[in-house]
Amino acid sequence: VADSLAYPGRQNAPPPRSSPVMSTVLPGAPSPRAPPAGKHPREPVALGVPLPGLPPQKGMQYGDCVNNQASSAPTPLSSASDDEEEEEDEEAGVDSSSTTSSASPVPNSYDALEGGGYPDVHSSSASSPAPDHAPEPDPAPAAPLSAKVMAKPFGHGYPTLQPGYQTTAAPPSAGTFAQYPQQHPGVNQLSSALGGLSLQSSPQPESLRPINLTQERDVLPATPVWAPVPNLNLDLRKLNCSPDSFRCTLTSIPQTQALLNKAKLPLGLLLHPFRDLTQLPVITSNTIVRCRSCRTYINPFVSFIDQRRWKCNLCYRVNDVPEEFMYNPLTRSYGEPHKRPEVQNSTVEFIASSDYMLRPPQPAVYLFVLDVSHNAMEAGYLAVLCQSLLENLDKLPGDSRTRIGFMTFDSTIHFYNLQEGFSQPQMLIVSDIDDVFLPTPDGLLVNLYESRELIKVLLNALPNMFTSTRETHSALGPALQAAFKLMSPTGGRVSVFQTQLPSLGAGLLQSREDPNQRSSTKVVQHLGPATDFYKKLALDCSGQQTAVDLFLLSSQYSDLSSLACMSRYSAGCIYYYPSFHCTHNPSQMEKLQKDLKRYLTRKIGFEAVMRIRCTKGLSMHTFHGNFFVRSTDLLSLANINPDAGFAVQLSIEESLTDTSLVCFQTALLYTSSKGERRIRVHTLCLPVVSSLAEVHAGADVQAAICLLANMAVDRSISSSLSDARDALVNAVVDSLSAYGSTVSNLRHSGLMAPASLKLFPLYVLALLKQKAFRTGTSTRLDDRVYAMCQIKSQPLVHLMRMIHPNLHRIDRLTDEGAIHVNDRVVPQPPLQKLSAEKLTREGAFLMDCGSVFYIWIGKDCDSNFIEDVLGFPNFASIPQKMTHLPELDTLASERTRSFLTWLQDSRPLSPVLHVVKDESPAKMEFFQHLVEDRTEAAFSYYEFLLHVQQQISK
Amino acid sequence: MAFTFAAFCYMLALVLCAALIFFAIWHIIAFDELRTDFKNPIDQCNPVHALVLPEYSIHSLFCVMFLCAQEWLTLGLNVPLLFYHFWRYFHCPADGPELAYDPLVVMNADTLSYCQKEAWCKLAFYLLSFFYYLYCMISALVSS
Repeated sequence: VADSLAYPGRQNAPPPRSSPVMSTVLPGAPSPRAPPAGKHPREPVALGVPLPGLPPQKGMQYGDCVNNQASSAPTPLSSASDDEEEEEDEEAGVDSSSTTSSASPVPNSYDALEGGGYPDVHSSSASSPAPDHAPEPDPAPAAPLSAKVMAKPFGHGYPTLQPGYQTTAAPPSAGTFAQYPQQHPGVNQLSSALGGLSLQSSPQPESLRPINLTQERDVLPATPVWAPVPNLNLDLRKLNCSPDSFRCTLTSIPQTQALLNKAKLPLGLLLHPFRDLTQLPVITSNTIVRCRSCRTYINPFVSFIDQRRWKCNLCYRVNDVPEEFMYNPLTRSYGEPHKRPEVQNSTVEFIASSDYMLRPPQPAVYLFVLDVSHNAMEAGYLAVLCQSLLENLDKLPGDSRTRIGFMTFDSTIHFYNLQEGFSQPQMLIVSDIDDVFLPTPDGLLVNLYESRELIKVLLNALPNMFTSTRETHSALGPALQAAFKLMSPTGGRVSVFQTQLPSLGAGLLQSREDPNQRSSTKVVQHLGPATDFYKKLALDCSGQQTAVDLFLLSSQYSDLSSLACMSRYSAGCIYYYPSFHCTHNPSQMEKLQKDLKRYLTRKIGFEAVMRIRCTKGLSMHTFHGNFFVRSTDLLSLANINPDAGFAVQLSIEESLTDTSLVCFQTALLYTSSKGERRIRVHTLCLPVVSSLAEVHAGADVQAAICLLANMAVDRSISSSLSDARDALVNAVVDSLSAYGSTVSNLRHSGLMAPASLKLFPLYVLALLKQKAFRTGTSTRLDDRVYAMCQIKSQPLVHLMRMIHPNLHRIDRLTDEGAIHVNDRVVPQPPLQKLSAEKLTREGAFLMDCGSVFYIWIGKDCDSNFIEDVLGFPNFASIPQKMTHLPELDTLASERTRSFLTWLQDSRPLSPVLHVVKDESPAKMEFFQHLVEDRTEAAFSYYEFLLHVQQQISK
Repeated sequence: MAFTFAAFCYMLALVLCAALIFFAIWHIIAFDELRTDFKNPIDQCNPVHALVLPEYSIHSLFCVMFLCAQEWLTLGLNVPLLFYHFWRYFHCPADGPELAYDPLVVMNADTLSYCQKEAWCKLAFYLLSFFYYLYCMISALVSS
């Protein structure tokens, strides 16, 4: 068929066949368009549209999809072979259906994309992000930096466009642009926040303005810090990937490694590839267009040499445009490959064909491995879990093939046969923990829908089954081995709930923590695993596409550093609830409830691999996150969840002098919970610069801090904590002294930093005072290790809040500068610096630490506020433990709650709220986050600056 | 011309050294395959592990033999590597030498290049010592 398609518009096309993929069109989306007759032989049959309004937790974009039953006899994967480069050949098949976003913007003027005209440097540094001023393309590409920059290898050169093709263009009018910002939620506020900044254009870019840190008292801006916008021309900027998904520590890539070494800044990427997106173009097409040599997916930054050829932006190979790609399902026109959604959006998702499968897509399989020893019963988590599971059983992502299973363990392992047809769940006990076996070949993992009643019976019975247990031992290792055996035919997700140190069988651990060493300033030991058992188990699991998620609910030391290995290398996630108790610690219990709700219902991808590609000359150096690295640029992820973040260190291997732009592309191939193979592709484009000043101007301080934190975790495990701390301080000293040497003409009275890096010392100080890296303050080893695990696996936004919490004064909320979200007015109180000097006794302050909110109430706090918001007559009557704000019918209460809800909605795991009175003992918890203040063991911010300055002048 | 114990040591060392050279070449190939994506680190590291202990023990055997034969110069040349092997053996992750090449970290660019360099250096060392043993063997056979 493919050969006969040489000509567009030929009338000899076969009638369109019915598509294998039927996409339901959901309400609110444009109705499916009728295929234009005779225009193109392979017609898009069903045009589904990703629904913009879908709640992010919802597993899938589609209500209906292919139900691939072929997986009834799944074969285990050979771990070596599951690669997205499964099939080299990508010939067009016979059937094709295209599902594309209706909201893909199509700029009217493509010429604007072509040139390399940099917008004015001055306005670009901190100016508002692209999507918002979409409608007006940069009228005149102003003052390019140099002639060299003009010569761009990228962009859409379209010299030979035939007039006939142009007429069909009919770009959706400007109205489509209005939809564009939806793709980047949160950018609305971003631009308004930055709008003010870009006004003050000085002779040099704002981000390069030298700041004397020792004299400038308030470096922290009043509004949240947003990602710097790469110095690209407006059209490329508009097309670029959202900084929420993809960020680089340097938004201007230095030309050579030598220049990078001179700048002394870390170069790397921060990724959040599987983020919940409100709008995502989903493309169903038989031909996924990729570069023939480097396998890059076609993206907005490729250049079309002429009608039928495109040049890869990563390896510069010239490729043919496949016939199918010439047809644009969006505009229903032929001959405009540059207007396809793949070329219009830097974040797209492809429905992959069978070329991308090594076995039929696996069903969603969930196994729960539960500790039921005496300790666990005492903590009482089981009731919370079972209740939560019962509530969310229908919301577990999956299709009709979804399977679920349960195992419990103490000194023996208990299996539950839930085969439909039984009247009661059957409990099977295996006491031979030295040689674990599965007591029955089937019935342990059952279909969720067929055995629903039995599962409900079991979940109702489980919390009471072991209440009188006297068994104190925990055979976690053997239970995990059994779980691995159970899961290995299919792969899936294992959720382990553990409440103590494993004490029996393989993988048993001893207590290694010396409580007297908790506040030691010298050496912190035992940050690495005690045994390789969990590492090896994770490797085996990863090979069988099984991820292990660990919930550690423990009041004593449980050697998280060893246990965490099972999740870290199998791409799982780790949750830790220190001193969990269902009645004595209600806030932890509430947190577990909320976390479980999110955990059980969030989107999940199975048998995933992620490949990161970058322009020739750059190379991946080290990866950070939870995964197994399978080759130099391929991460094997048994599961992928929307809350997982990754970091990559980069190095510049060859000089980038012959290019002015570099691109990074991550491709995440996964099986959705509905059994579809999908590929999510993000592409980021950044300019290359040749001068140190430009490198400094483009530095993204938050990304740099997150990357440094990841590197410091590695360093503290492989070397020592004090080494890692030194390295962090050196990072500041080196980068600021590198900057100092470039501005030597200025007076050297203080500590100079470019505006882009003005927060660098503050953030590093915050990092040094973070649980993971602090010394001198009493820190439990498990807490420390958990903080390190979080640093490794959290995406940037959440990590930043953990490192440097946001402090707001909330007793005088006004509508000034408020934003409107879903008809609600959300006040935006300014950020305060994290110092006790800001805490006036007359005020009330909210501290947002990511997973915890603290509301600090001053002693002389306005009694109106206490009455209107907290619902108590005066300060004295506020209880010591308060974790909720009452719903009062006052303006102040409404404002406070709407602000809190808005903050809560912005993160996946709902945080716990603590109301802290000025005198209560809990205030220490709050005060330890005030990083600018001096503690017995650590510098204040000013002292730290002086220390850095001293180091520089040495 | 006499067949002394020293001569015997050198002859045996010569044969074993050939084996070590093959081990080193094997390592180089293995890490190169890893770098060029031909193999999965799990598959790759298992056979590499299998070779670690034999290599270390063969080399220790040399040293013991040269000690017995009182070949101080040769012993002196081998002692640094012996110590390196000991260090490597006891500095491995928790469970001993089979994770000397940990598949979890071997893909880290630093680790990989370190492993490659190590393998190249060892190859050079074994090659040089091969000819050195050959020379010593002949001279031991001839001199006495």
